[in-house]
Amino acid sequence: MSKKSEVIEKEEVVIRFSGDSGDGMQLTGTLFSDTAALFGNDLSTFPDYPAEIRAPQGTVGGVSGFQVHLGHSKINTPGDFSDVLVAMNPAAIKANAKWIKPGGTIIYDKDNFTDKNIEKAGYEKDPILEEKLENYNVIAAPVSSMVKEALKDFGLDPKSVLRTKNMFALGMVYWLFDRKLKYTEDYFVKKFRNKPGMAEANKAALRAGYYYAETIEALNPTYKILPAQIAKGTYRNINGNSATAWGFIAAAEKAGLELFIGSYPITPATGILEELAARKDLGVKSFQAEDEIAGICTSLGASFAGDLAVTSTSGPGLALKSEAIGLAVMAELPIVIVNVQRGGPSTGLPTKTEQADLMQALYGRNGECPVIVIASSTPSDCFHFAFEAARIALEHMTPVLLLSDSYLANGTEPWKIPEMKDLPKINPPYADKTEIPFLPYKRDNEKLTRSWAIPGTVGMEHRIGGLEKTVKGTVSYTPENHEQMVRLRAEKVDRVVNEIPDLEVYGAKSGDLLVVGWGGSYGYLITAVGELQDEGHEVSLVNFNYINPLPGNVKDIFRSFKKIVVCELNMGQFANYLRIKHQEFSYEQINKVQGLPFTVNDIKEKCIKILEDK
Amino acid sequence: MVYNYTPKDFKSDQEVRWCPGCGNHAVLSSVQKALVELGIPKEKFAFISGIGCSSRFPYYMDTYGFHSIHGRASVIATGVKTANPELSVWLITGDGDALAIGGNHFIHAIRRNIDINIILFNNEIYGLTKGQYSPTSTKGLVTKTSPFGTVEEPFSVGELVVGAKGKFFARTIDTNVSLSTQIYIEAAKHKGTSVIEVLQNCVIFNDGIHDVIAEKEVRDDRTLILKHGQPMIFGKNNDKGLILEGCRKLKVVKLGENGITEKNILVHDALEPSPGIQYMLANMRYPECPVALGVIRSVDGPTYDNAVKEQIEGIQKTAKIKCMDDLLKSGSTWTVG
Ligand SMILES: Cc1ncc(C[n+]2csc(CCOP(=O)(O)OP(=O)(O)O)c2C)c(N)n1
Ligand code: SF4
Ligand SMILES: [Mg+2]
Repeated sequence: MSKKSEVIEKEEVVIRFSGDSGDGMQLTGTLFSDTAALFGNDLSTFPDYPAEIRAPQGTVGGVSGFQVHLGHSKINTPGDFSDVLVAMNPAAIKANAKWIKPGGTIIYDKDNFTDKNIEKAGYEKDPILEEKLENYNVIAAPVSSMVKEALKDFGLDPKSVLRTKNMFALGMVYWLFDRKLKYTEDYFVKKFRNKPGMAEANKAALRAGYYYAETIEALNPTYKILPAQIAKGTYRNINGNSATAWGFIAAAEKAGLELFIGSYPITPATGILEELAARKDLGVKSFQAEDEIAGICTSLGASFAGDLAVTSTSGPGLALKSEAIGLAVMAELPIVIVNVQRGGPSTGLPTKTEQADLMQALYGRNGECPVIVIASSTPSDCFHFAFEAARIALEHMTPVLLLSDSYLANGTEPWKIPEMKDLPKINPPYADKTEIPFLPYKRDNEKLTRSWAIPGTVGMEHRIGGLEKTVKGTVSYTPENHEQMVRLRAEKVDRVVNEIPDLEVYGAKSGDLLVVGWGGSYGYLITAVGELQDEGHEVSLVNFNYINPLPGNVKDIFRSFKKIVVCELNMGQFANYLRIKHQEFSYEQINKVQGLPFTVNDIKEKCIKILEDK
Repeated sequence: MVYNYTPKDFKSDQEVRWCPGCGNHAVLSSVQKALVELGIPKEKFAFISGIGCSSRFPYYMDTYGFHSIHGRASVIATGVKTANPELSVWLITGDGDALAIGGNHFIHAIRRNIDINIILFNNEIYGLTKGQYSPTSTKGLVTKTSPFGTVEEPFSVGELVVGAKGKFFARTIDTNVSLSTQIYIEAAKHKGTSVIEVLQNCVIFNDGIHDVIAEKEVRDDRTLILKHGQPMIFGKNNDKGLILEGCRKLKVVKLGENGITEKNILVHDALEPSPGIQYMLANMRYPECPVALGVIRSVDGPTYDNAVKEQIEGIQKTAKIKCMDDLLKSGSTWTVG
């Protein structure tokens, strides 16, 4: 297309698309990130939408945002502050003003900054002045009138015309980052296969935005972010919920079992059920239950009958499942319970992220009721940990609780697609003929697992259930037997430590400060610790994926650092857990409970303060 | 294939722990008798139960069994049957287990018409927890938690089943082993959710609650054993029958009085999809009417487990994605290097 006057090369950039829930910001952001991924940038994205589907138009509560962080080097978070904010209305300025980098670029739809909308957003006259953004690179684009002009000959109704505003804005951003329009245009053709007029209209709006940006020259300089140095292979963008769902399908294939999911919709976990419900082609049996209890109980029934069974939920649903998890512990049946954490307690912040269900996952049941607890740490590694959770559940005949969170569930990143031949085969401990008459609670000496005799197998008829039993499967209230069984069930879980990988240290193996995280905070922590290291601090990171049991080398790592700080999005649950499990160390804490992920800056500042404290 | 089982083949080595005289003993032997007749190999049976005296049942059966948690047996059983439709799945539950804590799951299992057989032991009391009233206790019943009598209306099991779009409902009395055995056989053969309400006596906490209709001297006059295609005639001397009064009410008449002959008596149609008369039959109460026993409703319809299976098979026939590798490579991907 045309020549640009000044081009600046940048390592990385953060762009935030923000507007009313009806403005199509999620699609805009997704198209932009797909284009960046195809170009070869590494990236991380995060959508941020209101809890209400139809929050009042034009209000801050109704703002929907999508943030993309792309770069020439490894990108681990969607970014703290944005270099570019696209604001479709005044409320979008209100919601994001404090998240724009000083001096950053703001593109807004001037036509939508009417007195009424300005007032609705809580401003008096001029959002830019009132937020003291006048020295930023502010571009007031008449987006609405420009699309009306560009589409005047398309014969569309005014509503349809205005619906292309987001594509005009996207066109402007493409020009700013010198991106090709092809991927997006191809998308229109596919999406509007039966409405070629709409495909053309969107194309026209996109191009109008692109040319507009070029013409006004206000978007000067433009930026270039070279492709990242990433490993060879085939990639795709994936979010945490889809990756989790796919991990289960892969595990079922590797175990030679059919996959069953019993589940009840709940934000932010619903995507897992939806993804699996769509996979009838791969034989997935999905059961939308009448409640969460029915979700886990149907899964438990399916597990008893010999399927790989999973159930997915979020905090309030996990509460409902507790009794049945206890049954799974007692019956020693394989099942994976996914908990996609959101802000709590109660209904809390349904669309926001938090890591505050850790204690619930570890201890939220009656009786001595240990389960394996694993946490995913990036959108794409949800695949790996879902696979691992299923493998451990099946091979050890135990429930596994897999923790994800809203941030991982909805965030996306490029993912190098694995090949199924490279994944390990899963071998459940099926009972064999030598075990007739079958004793349901007879254990393997090494792992302490019981064998799995699946209904339909000749000669292995047996009964299991929630009452305490002897090895033979006879109900027993004998004190000694109960204590022995309690200890065996705990020991069975503890021995899984022999199969999980050692904890990995990012950075030097000793130093002044060890930053400790778990699960979904990984991206922020690795970025913060990387920067601290670059700035000369003796700081390293460990991020836990295996929570119960903890990896075997924790002590060796912890003892080599002067200070340890545990960072998590709750009031200190993992820190307290470590205080129980590894009492000999003392732990400092960095906590945040705002329904938001950490910011890199925040962690860095707090770490520096801890380093300076004598 | 013929399996030469005897009821003993279905007895487990566990000592039966119900109170002597409890109606559950008779239910156990009726079920064991019925299984012999089904031509299904032993390893294909799965008995799933909730919690309650009745729910101990699976321990006494030498089949696959799962004694689960209170109220949830119908969902566990749903999972078992969906995972493996080849199994003959039986659900053992009580009036509290199925209708109080498990009420939600109970109606949804029926609505889905999953092919399982539900035996609901109705002793109108919580047995295991030692005598509190249940959702089927007669209004006014004095129990440990209703020392002055209950003030709430009970559920009628049949009414709930019909309301939940149920397609098979039968009722029997624990002590009537031959009728019970016959009903279990029919329930097993029915494709879809079969609900069998067993009027069961709890000798300890609600003794004799069904005696008014079940005792030997009176039962012929106070119960009506329904048979599909047969007139609704009952009574020690086979001299009473039911007619429809208007279109809303069943009425007991005497044969030979007021010119009534067998021709005037209603003929039982268990296969009629529209449940009107079956509903009235299920709701008949003594003393106005006899209590209906036998198979009251038995209507064919698509089952959940089969629908799931057929949907998957149908989609797989033309699907482009055949394995996980296909899925991983599907859609928008790009290659580096
Ligand atoms: C979650 C839970 N709540 C309460 C109980 C206590 N409980 C056990 S059985 C039962 C009632 C059983 O009544 P019913 O289902 O009629 O069975 P029955 O003993 O009469 O056969 C209750 C309340 C329990 N086991 N679990
Ligand atoms: S308490 Fe009642 S229901 Fe329970 S076993 Fe005894 S008699 Fe039977
Ligand atoms: Mg009862």
